[in-house]
Amino acid sequence: MNTSATKTSMRDRFPEIGEMRAKYAHAFKGDPRQRRLMYSIGSGLVALYVFGLYYVGFSPLMLINGFGKFGIVVKAMMPPDPGSWDNAVVFTRGVVETLAMAFFGTICAALLALPFGFLAARNIVSNSILHHAARRFLDIIRGIDTLIWALIWVGVVGLGPFAGVLAIITSDFGAFGKLFSEAIEAADQKPVEGIVASGGSRLESIRFGIVPQILPVLLGQVLYFFESNTRTTTIIGIVGAGGIGLYLTETIRTYLWEETSFIIVLVLITVAAIDWISSKLRVAIIGARPV
Amino acid sequence: MTTTIHPLPDEQNSRLQAEYAATVAQKRRQFFLGMIIVALLVVLAAMGAEVDPHKFASNFWKFPRYFYDMTPKIGVATFFDDVAEWYWGLGKWLKLMAETLLIAYIGTITGAIAAFVLSFFASNSLSVNSWSKFAARRLLEFCRTVPDIVFALMFVVSFGLGPFPGVLALAIHTAGALGKLFSEVVDNIDIKPVEGLRASGASWTQQVRFAAVPQVLSNFTSYALLRFEINVRGAAVMGFVGAGGIGQLLIEYVRKFYYVDVGAVLIIIILTVMLIDYGTEKIRHRLIAMEGVS
Repeated sequence: MNTSATKTSMRDRFPEIGEMRAKYAHAFKGDPRQRRLMYSIGSGLVALYVFGLYYVGFSPLMLINGFGKFGIVVKAMMPPDPGSWDNAVVFTRGVVETLAMAFFGTICAALLALPFGFLAARNIVSNSILHHAARRFLDIIRGIDTLIWALIWVGVVGLGPFAGVLAIITSDFGAFGKLFSEAIEAADQKPVEGIVASGGSRLESIRFGIVPQILPVLLGQVLYFFESNTRTTTIIGIVGAGGIGLYLTETIRTYLWEETSFIIVLVLITVAAIDWISSKLRVAIIGARPV
Repeated sequence: MTTTIHPLPDEQNSRLQAEYAATVAQKRRQFFLGMIIVALLVVLAAMGAEVDPHKFASNFWKFPRYFYDMTPKIGVATFFDDVAEWYWGLGKWLKLMAETLLIAYIGTITGAIAAFVLSFFASNSLSVNSWSKFAARRLLEFCRTVPDIVFALMFVVSFGLGPFPGVLALAIHTAGALGKLFSEVVDNIDIKPVEGLRASGASWTQQVRFAAVPQVLSNFTSYALLRFEINVRGAAVMGFVGAGGIGQLLIEYVRKFYYVDVGAVLIIIILTVMLIDYGTEKIRHRLIAMEGVS
């Protein structure tokens, strides 16, 4: 049964619908101006997409060729094989280093960002210039990708995982500062008022009025960032800032595909394990609600 | 009016106090135990990550120095000329930045389309059968767990240098990340319209088209916009592995120690990212407002 047949039969059975349609066209079609706007935006987006595909050199032929070559690569990857026992040990140590970088970086960034989060929160610092300055500062830090920070830190402290840790601290500082200040702004003001009314100082009102409210939220966010940082640190080695990424790039650039797939499998297992542990911890800390 | 508060009898009071003290003490003990474990882990992690306070202290002055080197000498009298000289490559840089945005745009749209299709298969409420649900979920998981830049590294080998591997890498990662969010949205829809259509004999496609899509579209758009923000940042570093965009130039300038140019390009990236964040936030707020009305 095709739809046009259904439509005509519906019209035959209910002729008044056709009458209504003719009489109140706007009710059936919606606001013509809004429709025109929607169509022009939509066609603009589609045109940009088509232009973009043309610009990046998309063609079915290159897609077939590329995926043909990619198929060869994938075939060369099977089975995942570290090559030798020594390599396996080196790669595992790389993964452990990656985890250590992610953990240390996340904790340090959270500790550094906490005071700054208060500074950027409107209900703590009422001076709007200071508050806006803090916000823009965080925006600038967040505007730079972790990988770019890693490049900069490699220039400062040299190659190695330490540069990667510093890169994670810097870029997470921006993200944590923003999230923390938002959590602080969303906190209920009544406990604060209660403490101030019963003679508590400003500091006491923050310590006993706001901190207990936001602490579980912050811990949830820190755990979530630890998860996402384990993913980020796996690639930070691409610019020489430590972790498994260095070996990953090396094996890909030298076409050691079986070792590449071994590293990828290792990373996937680690990330899955960290996700599992951190979701358990999150439920233990803040209960089963989303961050 | 005055009321007298009768204090509890001593014996009852002291028992309550003791219980309170015991509870608080236990909570404190747990807290400190947790802190000690975390502190131990931090020390272990610091050792694993070769954290070196001495190296940090003796090199830290290089960090502000780096930013100092990135800014050229700009005189008050010759301000405009100096800035113009600083941005000597503005045309080229803006073109590459536009290419970066284009990579992010196509990557996001392509990924979102794939996520759109897969999300219905991966959802609990509208999946076709348990086998396809399992397959769709594992596929999405794989796509989002492998970092986009790793895909880019491998695609550069098979597709050659240029923006296309970057687009493909972003699209695959986006499909994985959005697919999960989309399927969660699909799981949270009101199921009654779907049941209504099913009861009146609609096919699966019709159920999706007329019952699910109208409910999820605004949420989907909002998530896709959020992903676009993330992808703009991702596309800016795709060039590090030769997958197009402004990153290629940036890493070249960093490696050649052209500090002033690094500064100029970084400012272009930061301003673009801020502009995109601001724009998408405005659109998302309008979407949320629209959702409230309908």
